[in-house]
Amino acid sequence: MTHSPRTAGIAAQRLSAEALAQNFADLHPPLDGHEARVAADRCYFCHDAPCVTACPTSIDIPLFIRQIATETPEAAARTIFDQNILGGMCARVCPTETLCEEACVREIAEGKPVEIGRLQRHATDRLMARNDHPFERGAPTGKRIAVVGAGPAGLSCAHRLAMKGHDVVIYDARPKPGGLNEYGIASYKSTEDFAQREVDWLLGIGGITIETGKVLGRDVDLSALRSDYDAVFLGMGLAGVNALGLPGDDLGNTADAVDFIADLRQAADVAALPVGRDVVVIGGGMTAVDAAVQCRLLGAETVTIAYRRGQDRMAASVYEQELATARGVRILTNVQPVAVHGNGAVRDVEFEFTAEIDGRLTGTGETVRIPADQCFRAIGQVLEGVPEGLKTEGGKIAVTGAGRTSAEGVWAGGDCAAGGEDLTVTAVAEGRDAAEDIHATLIG
Amino acid sequence: MADLTTDFLGIRSPNPFWLASAPPTDKEYNVRRAFDAGWGGVVWKTLGEEGPPVVNVNGPRYGAIWGADRRLLGLNNIELITDRPLQTNLDEMTRVKKDYPDRALIASIMVPCDEESWKAILPRVAETGADGIELNFGCPHGMSERGMGSAVGQVPEYIQMVTEWCKKYYDRPVIVKLTPNITDIRKPAEAARAGGADAVSLINTINSITHVDLDLMAPEPTIDGKGSHGGYCGPAVKPIALSMVSEIARNQATHGLPISGIGGVTTWRDAAEFMVLGCGNVQVCTAAMTYGFKVVQEMISGLSQWMDEKGYTSTDQFIGQAVPNVTDWQYLNLNYVTKARIDQDLCIKCGRCYAACEDTSHQAIGMNEGRVFEVIDEECVACNLCVNVCPVEDCITMVQMDKGAVDPRTGREVGDYANWTTHPNNPGAAKAAE
Repeated sequence: MTHSPRTAGIAAQRLSAEALAQNFADLHPPLDGHEARVAADRCYFCHDAPCVTACPTSIDIPLFIRQIATETPEAAARTIFDQNILGGMCARVCPTETLCEEACVREIAEGKPVEIGRLQRHATDRLMARNDHPFERGAPTGKRIAVVGAGPAGLSCAHRLAMKGHDVVIYDARPKPGGLNEYGIASYKSTEDFAQREVDWLLGIGGITIETGKVLGRDVDLSALRSDYDAVFLGMGLAGVNALGLPGDDLGNTADAVDFIADLRQAADVAALPVGRDVVVIGGGMTAVDAAVQCRLLGAETVTIAYRRGQDRMAASVYEQELATARGVRILTNVQPVAVHGNGAVRDVEFEFTAEIDGRLTGTGETVRIPADQCFRAIGQVLEGVPEGLKTEGGKIAVTGAGRTSAEGVWAGGDCAAGGEDLTVTAVAEGRDAAEDIHATLIG
Repeated sequence: MADLTTDFLGIRSPNPFWLASAPPTDKEYNVRRAFDAGWGGVVWKTLGEEGPPVVNVNGPRYGAIWGADRRLLGLNNIELITDRPLQTNLDEMTRVKKDYPDRALIASIMVPCDEESWKAILPRVAETGADGIELNFGCPHGMSERGMGSAVGQVPEYIQMVTEWCKKYYDRPVIVKLTPNITDIRKPAEAARAGGADAVSLINTINSITHVDLDLMAPEPTIDGKGSHGGYCGPAVKPIALSMVSEIARNQATHGLPISGIGGVTTWRDAAEFMVLGCGNVQVCTAAMTYGFKVVQEMISGLSQWMDEKGYTSTDQFIGQAVPNVTDWQYLNLNYVTKARIDQDLCIKCGRCYAACEDTSHQAIGMNEGRVFEVIDEECVACNLCVNVCPVEDCITMVQMDKGAVDPRTGREVGDYANWTTHPNNPGAAKAAE
């Protein structure tokens, strides 16, 4: 440890190696067998269970929990993977507090839901540890399908297609598959290289080839894919980020939060990553929280999330907000950025206070400057390079039904497609459903 | 605080909580600790005849059933009677009784089914100063294969015969401990009374196999790949014990015969339930084996609190109070009509009542928009299953229909008390009327 949280400017090694290791360890350590059975016993096995309705992939949650309770976590995992092949990652990153666990009747009854997320992790970990793939590939169909994007939507689609006996080639722009699972999630949510291990395990179905470093529009184009393959699924996510468009937002030590999060995930040793003494993160979603919390975990002395509307409007769940404040992040609301100041590098960020009047956000004229050695933008991602000929809706690829785009033989799902929340679990559902539709279309 | 002192067969103890004859009462060390912890009485671990002591298995003696978080619900055992020399036990009993004169000390005995054996041991037991004896006609494993324990308890004639010997050679109270491994518990109780028994105690343990090891293909507890049935006890057996106690309490031939209640007593409430069904006191084993002797403190404070709340100043004021309300099915009021009511404010919308009623009962609960579950009175037979499966206490209740109201299920008015014996559908009733 050569620096401390009080070291001025940007610095690495603000904390000891032990402190860093502890900070970036698993956010929720796995349940052991006994803990899981006790947690499972709390499930009421509801009729037409609200948790299942709340799950975008409609996992039969009461059934898998009962399978855990009867000491067959492998069968439980099979129930999960039937609906959601990325159930392992979803168990780690799903905002369960706004999905299944929010709908849990025990949340309503006593404010303490069944720990569905942790139980799902218990089951999926058990099965994945056996290192054999639980599904068998169907008889070869001779059909070939191109999938663009090896993120949750693409992987889910590819796996379901492979199960049906189709051959799948996935093209991904990044050096590694996984998409946001690999590059876009806080390190403490996916430890021990889980995203890559999960991809390797998923590929165990066979019939899927991944070509990395292939960018749509640069290395491959849609018209060629349409002619070379029987069908195409687009699941390339949102590669672009929204800009602030403010004076000074190109100053040194300002960056996109998604890049910072990706750097953290790819870092061989987080101790090597520099972080500011005072950090400002602009935004109010999960990305802002992931970036801000990890700045604190790296040893930043003060970290502020600045959000332009009231706290109740933040896209980050209350659970995520509390996670942030518990890690010492300050959440400042009703402030909109007006300028980034500094001489070469950021020195402080100027905000104007806001008020929401009749649903419209207006500046009050009153401003405040928050010192910052580092400033991250986390105000949303956008779809870049929509292939020609595809209709869009709200800046995303327009789809109908199970992800059918305006082009025949082309499906889309995940964040790049319109509709649905931008969540891993939603992407998995959309990829899976598109695969079923592709299969039905090709085989009839 | 209510006075918990009980007088059972003239044996006084500061409270009705006795430790049953079992592993916890096998020696002086344990019994002294039990008395120090507050137990009102102890039935010493069963003594056998003079001679080489019995031997026990050297593998596991107990098997168990657990609820969530390994809460022990049922225990079974294949342990035999005391495996220590008779004289050692007698000497220890003598010392303990001398040091704890206000506590009940009972000697449990199991010797071969011949008069000489009983004649030989009874005077020696009397010398210890024990307050009475309990005849172990109940243990269902091991000793029963040698013609003792439940092998005697299953033959009423033997019970009567041995009880008569005991009354002949022993001048203090004789309690006969009954086995539940029999079709009609009234018969051995009647035999005990006929033999002159001062009381019966029940139930002893139930023949059981707690689990089967699916790898070894052997029952548990497993001894070198084999298993034998054991005696089942603990909270799981309480309903069986309560029923058997009530049968003896209300049976004309045994009514009034003092009963010491045994079978899954774990809390003060369990004890109170046994006592209102006619037990003068209770005996406890599994609760102590699970939690240690200290559990008696909760039993004492709980029973005292309940008695204070109800205005009972001594235990004899409530002993047997529920016996008149135990009756035969044929006397139940068929004009007592209730309907399930769901409190929508308490309902957490789990739908268990709906699943249970729709799949397994009378399709009398509707699932309406927004997961609102409502009882359909036209279908509800008031079976109570919804109440039993509902995870929220008092959310579903059974509400009695007023006399004169029309039951929407049957279209009939709720009338006065009427039971099966006079019901028109009863062939017996019809015959009587002819």
